[in-house]
Amino acid sequence: MEIPYAVKPRPDTGLYNAKVGIWLFLASEVMLFGALFCSYILLRVNATDWPHHWLNIWLGMTNTIVLILSSVTVVLSWSELKMGRFNRYRFYQAITIICALVFLGIKSFEYHDKFIHYQVILKDGTMIDGHLQKETTMPVSWHEQPVIVDGKLPRGAKDTDMVTLDGWYPPNEGEVWNPPLNHEDKKIEIPANKIKFMENYGPWHTTYTAIYFTLTGLHALHVIAGAIVIFAIWGPLAKVWEQDPERYTNRVEVSGLFWHFVDLVWIFLFPVLYLL
Amino acid sequence: MQPTTHADTHAHTSNHEEPGFWQKYIFSTDHKIIGIQYGVTALMFLFLGFCLMMIMRWQLAYPNHAVPVIGKLLYHVLGEDMVGKDAAGNVGVIMPDLYNSFGAMHGTIMVFLAIVPLAFGAFGNFVTPLQIGAPDMTFPRVNMVSYQFYFFGGVLMLSSFFIPGGAAKSGWTSYSPLATVSDMGQHPNGQTFWIMGMVCLISSSLLGAVNFITTIIQLRAKGLSWMRLPFFVWAQFVTAFLLLLAFPPLEAASVLQLMDNLLHTSFFLPTGLVVSGQALHISGGGSPLLWQHLFWFLGHPEVYVLILPGMGIVTEILACNTRKPIWGYRSMVYAVLVIGFLSFIVWAHHMYLTGMGTRIATFFQTTTMMISIPSVVILTALFISLWGASIRFNTPMLFALAFLPMFGIGGLTGLPLGFNASDIHLHDTYYVIAHFHYIVAPGTIFALFAGIYYWYPKATGRFMNEFWGRVHFGLSFLFMNLIFMPMFYQGMEGLSRRMYDGGATYEAAGGVVGLSKYVIGLNVPISHAVWALGLSQIPFIINFFWSVNRGKKVTSDNPWDATTLEWQTPTPPPHGNFVKQLEVFRGPYEYSVPGHSTDFTPQNEPEKPEPLTHGNPVRS
Repeated sequence: MEIPYAVKPRPDTGLYNAKVGIWLFLASEVMLFGALFCSYILLRVNATDWPHHWLNIWLGMTNTIVLILSSVTVVLSWSELKMGRFNRYRFYQAITIICALVFLGIKSFEYHDKFIHYQVILKDGTMIDGHLQKETTMPVSWHEQPVIVDGKLPRGAKDTDMVTLDGWYPPNEGEVWNPPLNHEDKKIEIPANKIKFMENYGPWHTTYTAIYFTLTGLHALHVIAGAIVIFAIWGPLAKVWEQDPERYTNRVEVSGLFWHFVDLVWIFLFPVLYLL
Repeated sequence: MQPTTHADTHAHTSNHEEPGFWQKYIFSTDHKIIGIQYGVTALMFLFLGFCLMMIMRWQLAYPNHAVPVIGKLLYHVLGEDMVGKDAAGNVGVIMPDLYNSFGAMHGTIMVFLAIVPLAFGAFGNFVTPLQIGAPDMTFPRVNMVSYQFYFFGGVLMLSSFFIPGGAAKSGWTSYSPLATVSDMGQHPNGQTFWIMGMVCLISSSLLGAVNFITTIIQLRAKGLSWMRLPFFVWAQFVTAFLLLLAFPPLEAASVLQLMDNLLHTSFFLPTGLVVSGQALHISGGGSPLLWQHLFWFLGHPEVYVLILPGMGIVTEILACNTRKPIWGYRSMVYAVLVIGFLSFIVWAHHMYLTGMGTRIATFFQTTTMMISIPSVVILTALFISLWGASIRFNTPMLFALAFLPMFGIGGLTGLPLGFNASDIHLHDTYYVIAHFHYIVAPGTIFALFAGIYYWYPKATGRFMNEFWGRVHFGLSFLFMNLIFMPMFYQGMEGLSRRMYDGGATYEAAGGVVGLSKYVIGLNVPISHAVWALGLSQIPFIINFFWSVNRGKKVTSDNPWDATTLEWQTPTPPPHGNFVKQLEVFRGPYEYSVPGHSTDFTPQNEPEKPEPLTHGNPVRS
């Protein structure tokens, strides 16, 4: 049994089935991310303070350029395929996949950077903000939330343990989120028993980190899914090109549409999280 | 799995292949088998959800008395934390936590695992491709995956009863922060299972919705233009759009709540949250109202997901059994489209008492009143369609006819809830329960029963037993009303809907606060009616399985003399459905066309030049 219009477009709609399907799917994705962006607005409007330029803009910028480049190569690869030039399609699509990997690499570096970034408040009220160094003797796991609260040390920690941060002394909470450009990081050694509160900038830290990790995490899952699909068509499923070139080209087009959507989401995420 | 040799011929043969049992019934890509899978699974969930309520009704009628028979069983399965002893030392009292779990799971199961899969998954899958003359859905394998997601989501939900702490207990709406702080020490807890289950169900619905819309857009038979679509297809089309666009915000909300529960974020947790006298170590700054907005953004379109397929089924059965065209078909189509659109901007009428502000409440009150107009248009058109008809009163028709006043009662009693001022009094009382159950229970479920009796001959080649069908109808109709009608009164008297003891505390308070013995006492007859309704389903269950092999055989492919395309297939329809490509020449409901030899004209019957007697009898 053949499903009609699986490959050739239906005359009155001018579309083949999968193209209708992917556009509908993307409509639902718009609603998914739309709801999250609305949540972002509502949470931010209600928040007492909100960070500006806390994330590294240059890394975000690089990622934006990488994704835009991948969008271009996706289109080029499809148009090469339309003209029957399979090898050029493969070349461009390989660049797309490499771009996806570069994006994910930079993103995981940024994530890692936040998970080793700690806020420490001493029992005398002093605030310290910086990245955890390997000289630290106290056992600290990145997913602990919070590591120290009310001066209660984590399991397995001794009173003599030290925490070493590469950081600075922000005068107040507002400065943490908007650090002055001229502040200098230096190695700070802190005895564990002097710490009242210690927590890294994971999703649990503030509303901002929560929405940052959720939005970018969900987006990263989409990047991974898109890259896997593009790779599957590129490699394991390439023999479809020999049997049914039109079906193959359609698959590339549909996966390309999804990829464009993933890029588009990032085009919104970058200003919302890095610039505003 | 028995060995088959069809692997290489699979794509080319249509009705000669004999796939093995697993491939034919479990991993099928045939829309009819998938529809039946959905149907049987959803009926089981429907019964299970009802069983939970039958147990809860015992606690409401006889608070703190051991549940007879089942109480002991529950004690052994769920343990002493969930099932306690009564004053006389008998084992089997439902403890508050278990009552809350049952309440939450009753709602979740009924809405997401029973009614929607039955109305959309089962009937939509089985009937829609047949009615548009398609060989299958556009994406048969995606269709299979939708069912598997649904099944897996259901298994997750059910398994949560047996984990430490029990199933989700924060209502089917899972309001935060309650949903996050209940069972906080336990990970993963019932709420986590609930969220994971919901994510599976949402994925299932999304894939299904994409598949349905694409199928209806792309696979209509030649000549089947939009205004020739049966109303059932229109209803499914709009339903699919609601699922497609309304479910993702709940998916977003589920992700956020999962983050709150597992990664200790504070999306829905306000600053300074204190639980059991202890301040929580959370970052705070979240908004409980945000969850409600996101939930009801799905929740209200979901109401129309529940009702529109029912309306579609009723329309088909009404047209066929009145032997008349549906009155106002076009206005019904426009009405259903307007409902689809408006249903996206009424959600906050569930939130009048949350303190979101009177201006917003005014807006949503206005849109809520507006959405009642297209609903009334549809109901009126269906009522007028009855006018002057010589009605065939068979079982499907009885259920379909009962749908009309039942849905009417449910809809009209919703108006006082849609008004801000009267909602303040009625909010969260049994009145609300009576209102939405009138829409879904004697409304949608009756429509679904009607659909089962109506399309059963097409699916199996045999009728269900007519006598026992009527018994099933009569008893169900009686007891449904005995259950829900008194609840309107209880609610107007002020009985809250979430009382573990059925309001006994109110009664004890006496004076101004207290409710009269009579109001509370109504719990007893209502519960009796619930159990009687349970017994009334026995004829249906036996009939449903007995008729597969023993029912009266159909004598033609079109046993009801209907006009729509699903009756033009062999019975039961083979894989690929139609023997030859169909072409459609006319609208869906050409019954009793003057001058025609039969009182029905199938949609695929070619136009013949007919002698002009009373003007032009042909409509399209």
